Amino acid sequence: MTVDAVIVGSGPGGATVADVLTAAGWSVAIVEKGRNHLLDPDDPTRPAFDYSNDEIKFLSRHFLGPDPLVEPRTFRTRQSDADHTHIGEFNSVPTTVGGGGTHADGKVPRFQVDDFRLRTLLGPQSDADVADWPIGYDELEPYYAEVERAIGVAGTDGANPFAAPRSGPFPMPSGAPMFGATLSGAAAVRLGYHPYPAPTAANSIPYDGRPACNNCGFCAYFGCPIHAKGDPVAMLLRAMSSGRAELMAETFVSRIRTDGRRATGVDLVGPDGVERFMPAGHVVIAAGAIETPRLLLLSGIDHPLIGRYLMTHFQTIVAGSMPFRTYAERGRAVTHVHDDMITGDEATREAAAAAGLPWLRGGMVEHSGAGLPIMEAKHLPWGERHPSLMAGSQFRARLWAFIMQGEDLPYPDNRVDLDPSIRDARGYPVARVTYSPGRHELAASAHYGPRLAAILEEMGAEWTTVATSPGTGNASSPYSVPESRHNMGTVRMGSDPDTSVTDPTGRLHTFDNLVVADSSVFVTSTGYGPTLTLAALAARAAHLML
Amino acid sequence: MPVWLMDSEYRILSAACDRMIPPSDTAPGAADCGVPDYIDTLLGAFSFDPPRIWAGGPASGRQGGEPGFERFHRLSALDELAWRMRIEGSCGLPEREFNGPVVGLQQRYREGLAALGPDFCDLDHDRQVARLRSARDFAELLYGHVCEGMYGAPEYGGNRDGAGWRAIDFTGDVQPRGWTDAEVSNP
Repeated sequence: MTVDAVIVGSGPGGATVADVLTAAGWSVAIVEKGRNHLLDPDDPTRPAFDYSNDEIKFLSRHFLGPDPLVEPRTFRTRQSDADHTHIGEFNSVPTTVGGGGTHADGKVPRFQVDDFRLRTLLGPQSDADVADWPIGYDELEPYYAEVERAIGVAGTDGANPFAAPRSGPFPMPSGAPMFGATLSGAAAVRLGYHPYPAPTAANSIPYDGRPACNNCGFCAYFGCPIHAKGDPVAMLLRAMSSGRAELMAETFVSRIRTDGRRATGVDLVGPDGVERFMPAGHVVIAAGAIETPRLLLLSGIDHPLIGRYLMTHFQTIVAGSMPFRTYAERGRAVTHVHDDMITGDEATREAAAAAGLPWLRGGMVEHSGAGLPIMEAKHLPWGERHPSLMAGSQFRARLWAFIMQGEDLPYPDNRVDLDPSIRDARGYPVARVTYSPGRHELAASAHYGPRLAAILEEMGAEWTTVATSPGTGNASSPYSVPESRHNMGTVRMGSDPDTSVTDPTGRLHTFDNLVVADSSVFVTSTGYGPTLTLAALAARAAHLML
Repeated sequence: MPVWLMDSEYRILSAACDRMIPPSDTAPGAADCGVPDYIDTLLGAFSFDPPRIWAGGPASGRQGGEPGFERFHRLSALDELAWRMRIEGSCGLPEREFNGPVVGLQQRYREGLAALGPDFCDLDHDRQVARLRSARDFAELLYGHVCEGMYGAPEYGGNRDGAGWRAIDFTGDVQPRGWTDAEVSNP
């Protein structure tokens, strides 16, 4: 039987497409190469309860996948390096049913109006191919509103002076602010910044049949044990409850088959290792900005820009140790953010000029702590001082930090292609990432790092430290592997087939029924996490398929 | 009785764990916290059915609810391949060597503990430290596991009775109780 659409990937993009298409009466197959720990395997119209507050399981043992031994990626900082300088993890967004939505701490901001037309507003930037998006905020706003309702987003209307206009209120009020965030927020206000409750995909009240978040604190890196987090569980449950969706976990799509301008289906390898063809009326790829270009390349689909313009967010991490407990282990991991460092001020413009750049943009700044003891312990030395250092806990109980998700510009040499020698356990070439930050990212981080440290000092920090991700590497690799899980831009959308891979709806220019529904299509990275925008784009793409 | 290690190896491992996180005036050291058992259970994970890789969910029972952590997850075929590669190594098997040979944790521990020497338990503090520092790669591997065994969930064999968490005033897993809004915002 031919399904109306096969959807490759079950994360926020794929789940959103499945929800929209099944609601319209389409039959879909959702193919996910990772395990299913999100939906009850015996009754996928109900959630599973496999997630837990377990640091070993989620941070040390790859429970959400991918396991780098059997599904590695490779990395190098530039094309002139060896074939690769690192084999293992690179930006490993979970490979599991629910995808990247399962592990995140659920900050789901919208982009700003100006984010969609940077080239027009700010002009070109050296080395980068900054372009306007082919759609504007106004066109996307109804889909932002739709996916906010579908996911369940808590927020405070009017709290962010930089926010784009909204057609309606947040579906839920904000949840309880973390103690540390109330202090860092107050310090930021005293220094002239504008912190606000982060739009968060964690229920502040019972919503859509799921409970309110009980503040357990195990958000980032973890799946939600009670399904209060707005990971794709809601969309997937609706799709499965329609009776028109099939979920195929532990199933790898190895190739998209095409005939002329049409995709005819996919070759897939099931958990039994047997390869077979699945015909489909439409093929939707929502595998993320690393695996989506990999699949296009494995399928022999040709466009010189497939894989190029990889963006990850250049993170500036500023930490301070307080003379008091910050209680970062309690609450939704990040309850406050500020956007002042996205657009900047006169000092930012001076810093850009000093760096020889036309403009600088930072990113959304997350106010957060660190509540995990194994992570703290691994940063401390072993030996006689270990017990007292852990008890004193400058890196956990008394730590507060900012993470700035710095806008990463689209450079053509930052890219994903197929590694020439490394294979996954199924025998297919893995994705190779070539990535290094540009002058813009380094200058923006150098400018904003000390300003963030000043806020922590205002909060009372005894000492502060500034780091970046990627950080400084070694002789063979100038930069370390980035920690950011925000992968974007490798299948760029646009109106011109010569300068973009997909059209403004996410459909490949060269195929009538092959659609990309994830952050691969992003034209710029902005300074915001990609989840809500990729889900809004996926919803729009799905509605336009009908 | 150890699951995978030999008794003599287990004794050396216990001494090395205590050198990394020694007992203090207020807390037990790594050995008394069960860290050697955590490591031995990992090395012998496939002695159990299901293998002791991923504890279950959603709650441990320590804060109410059913003790779901005790029900370890079954592994898929791909998971089993990954964890056998990680623990046992590739052993010359073609299906494990698609990217070349893999040295497993069992071999690294067997060789690492041997390098610390059969007399390791009898050495004084400074000499034990010197042996560990001279075995730099093994010490790095060991320390990561010592941290996990000391401060991870007790169901994996370490952090005996939550002693590791008590030593650092950490509550541990808190589902299904969680924290009240007041405990979050005004602790």
